[in-house]
Amino acid sequence: MRAVLAPEALEAIVDVLRRRDWRVIAPTVRDKAIVYGEIASATELPVGWKDVQGPGSYKLERRDDEARFGYAVGPQSWKRELLAPSVRLLQIKRTNGGLEPVKDAAETKRTAFFGVRPCEVAAIKIQDRVLIGGKYADEDYLQRRENSFVIAVNCGEPATNCFCASMGTGPKAEDGYDLVLTEVLDGTHRFVAEAGTDEGAELLAELPQQPAANADLAAAEKVTDAAREKMGITLDRSDVRELLQANFEHPRYDDVASRCLACTNCTLACPTCFCTTIDDANDLSGEADDRLRKWDSCFTLQYSEMHGGGTRKETKSRYRQWLTHKLSTWQDQFDTLGCVGCGRCITWCPVGIDIREEVAAIRATQEAKS
Amino acid sequence: MAQTLTETAGSLEAMTPVPYAVTAKRQDTYDTWTLELEPVDGAPIVPGPGQFNMLYAFGVGEVPISNAGNFETDERLVHTIRAVGSVTKALCAAEIGTVIGVRGPFGNTWPIVEAKGKDVVIVAGGIGLPPLRPAIYHVLKNRKDYGRFALLYGARTPADLLFLDEVKSWQCNYDVDLDMTVDAGDTDWKGKVGLVTKLIPPAEFDVDDARAFVVGPEIMMKFVAQELMNRDLPAESINVSLERTMRCGVGLCGHCQIGPTLICRDGACYTWDKVEKLLAVKEL
Amino acid sequence: MKTLDAVIAESPVFAGLTQEQLEFIAGCAQNVHFDEGQKIAKRGDAADIFYLLRMGEVALDVDVPNKNSVRIDTVESGQVLGWSWLIPPYQWNYDVTATELVRAVSFDGACIRGKCESDPALGYALLTRFSQVIVGRLQATRLRLIDIYGADTH
Repeated sequence: MRAVLAPEALEAIVDVLRRRDWRVIAPTVRDKAIVYGEIASATELPVGWKDVQGPGSYKLERRDDEARFGYAVGPQSWKRELLAPSVRLLQIKRTNGGLEPVKDAAETKRTAFFGVRPCEVAAIKIQDRVLIGGKYADEDYLQRRENSFVIAVNCGEPATNCFCASMGTGPKAEDGYDLVLTEVLDGTHRFVAEAGTDEGAELLAELPQQPAANADLAAAEKVTDAAREKMGITLDRSDVRELLQANFEHPRYDDVASRCLACTNCTLACPTCFCTTIDDANDLSGEADDRLRKWDSCFTLQYSEMHGGGTRKETKSRYRQWLTHKLSTWQDQFDTLGCVGCGRCITWCPVGIDIREEVAAIRATQEAKS
Repeated sequence: MAQTLTETAGSLEAMTPVPYAVTAKRQDTYDTWTLELEPVDGAPIVPGPGQFNMLYAFGVGEVPISNAGNFETDERLVHTIRAVGSVTKALCAAEIGTVIGVRGPFGNTWPIVEAKGKDVVIVAGGIGLPPLRPAIYHVLKNRKDYGRFALLYGARTPADLLFLDEVKSWQCNYDVDLDMTVDAGDTDWKGKVGLVTKLIPPAEFDVDDARAFVVGPEIMMKFVAQELMNRDLPAESINVSLERTMRCGVGLCGHCQIGPTLICRDGACYTWDKVEKLLAVKEL
Repeated sequence: MKTLDAVIAESPVFAGLTQEQLEFIAGCAQNVHFDEGQKIAKRGDAADIFYLLRMGEVALDVDVPNKNSVRIDTVESGQVLGWSWLIPPYQWNYDVTATELVRAVSFDGACIRGKCESDPALGYALLTRFSQVIVGRLQATRLRLIDIYGADTH
């Protein structure tokens, strides 16, 4: 089901969803960045803003139009909503010499993610596979995922650090959404909408709309085609699994370690990084433990800490763990790449380390290709 | 997303500890205790040989500990724990009647049933014996189904050797070729002195039809595997158990990765050919 | 029962020697046995003999003042005991005791040493083989220095 929406119809989306008592989370401008937050009106979208990104740099600038989605991605990803930074999985109470695990009541309120980029849709699919697709599932993630409703927006304005075209995850979302919009800015400012699920179709049916003509569909296609062309292919992922596993001891890791601060920014900004730690925090009375699941990062020494010390003492080893996991060993573990090409790790790295350059450097001087 | 993910999602109960009471406790060495655990209510967890449980001490935290019990005859959980960190110290300090939390069983199992008809070589280093105990019990119970059975056991000092009485009873009652050595003897020690690897050249087994099961510190397993391969035992016939930090135990937290494998999910038992190259990379 | 020649020829430490060399070595060898607890050598003694253990086990001890003697290694059947006969000052480094009944072949090291001086080919062959024995002990000692059980598994 397809239709053309006027920019004003975005307000109707927010209206319809909020009337259903859903939360609507969307990009907004805060602290000179595009961040995700709950909105009550489509006017809170970053109207007329674009982002200018580089290795280790990010700034917002005004556009000369009224585009609602005229930017790429900000520092946050939807991971914040689905795999929350800190969550209480359960409480363990001490009772009469015994123990009683108590779970919090399930959250049932629906949440619409409005403005999910194709790379982020891909990231959500990857986290689905990791966190609920195996023998054991993360209950909190599953709950939030079940409550989520994804309104994707295809990309027309990739940033310089974007490489979704290289990773095959964008700039056009192929599936994994309830509703997808493409913002068309040629002449008439309009959105070409397409439902991906029955729920998406129901929402679309409630919106003021025009039928989608072939010209509209072609215009939408042109938007993503242009974005794809603008990005080009900047990371060669052919045989990257084999390449990196054959080069665990490549000297490039010494080079990158001389720049990397092991600050963990890349793992926090990454939409697929899923590592967490379990923290059993005792309350002041001493009668209950909160079992907290918190984001963790393979860039810390504590991450690999065993009695007797951490197994990855050097920054080199931690960067290698991160890079090889994203592009190589993730495929062994979960049968998918762990990178979607959103470019956040490049933009938010304080020293501007570029994953594409590191892979290219290893590829250029590989020791062996198995 | 419409509510469809739940239908295909994995088990949701993995993170909730089940209350177990300590019903017996024994001090094995100066820093190691064995706890026996029974569920406070409900059916007991039934692990397989090689699997581990996450043990939770209230107010302190949780650690993975191998199962060391005799599943062939007994439903109690048995865990032998060395007091080295805050959680293991708390667990070792638990009194009879103390309730702790148990999650599990997690991880894969030793291919001990698959070793039927073959010679079995067990090589244990220090506190590596408890994780091998369930596999040993299985062979002893089905002794006639297996060929020769060599049990090679090394430890730092005689005081570090676990379950000595039991180990000697196996030797007497079940036709086990027991050989032991310590790195440093004391005045009472009448046995061999030297590295556990020295026990391998004289051990009697058919390299073409044997399975080895090796547990100890990683560095010990490396040298033992090398020594076994020096005797032409294929890497595919050598089983080891790996260890890394674990938080969840069920493949969700990411901590226990070594390259392409998640130890809690794909291991902790591996054949040597699968991990030799990974363990050769420093800090992988 | 195997002949002395056969036992020597089959030992890994003499494997690959020529027939002539083996015959010479066999001429310097004889069967010996030690009872449990019997002293085989004492630290500082002239090391004119080495042994090929055929059965039983011996212990290498060092006497430490104010402590009882410390057992630093054991040597088991099939292995060679003693390499000090080949390297100056030709003295035993440890006290050696049979911890059980030991049957062994003893070799007149002083005699073989003399022959090695005049026969470099034999000298090289034996030095190469005993280097392996020494290196093996060295490796095992180094590994024990790491204290592999120090950072132990659960």
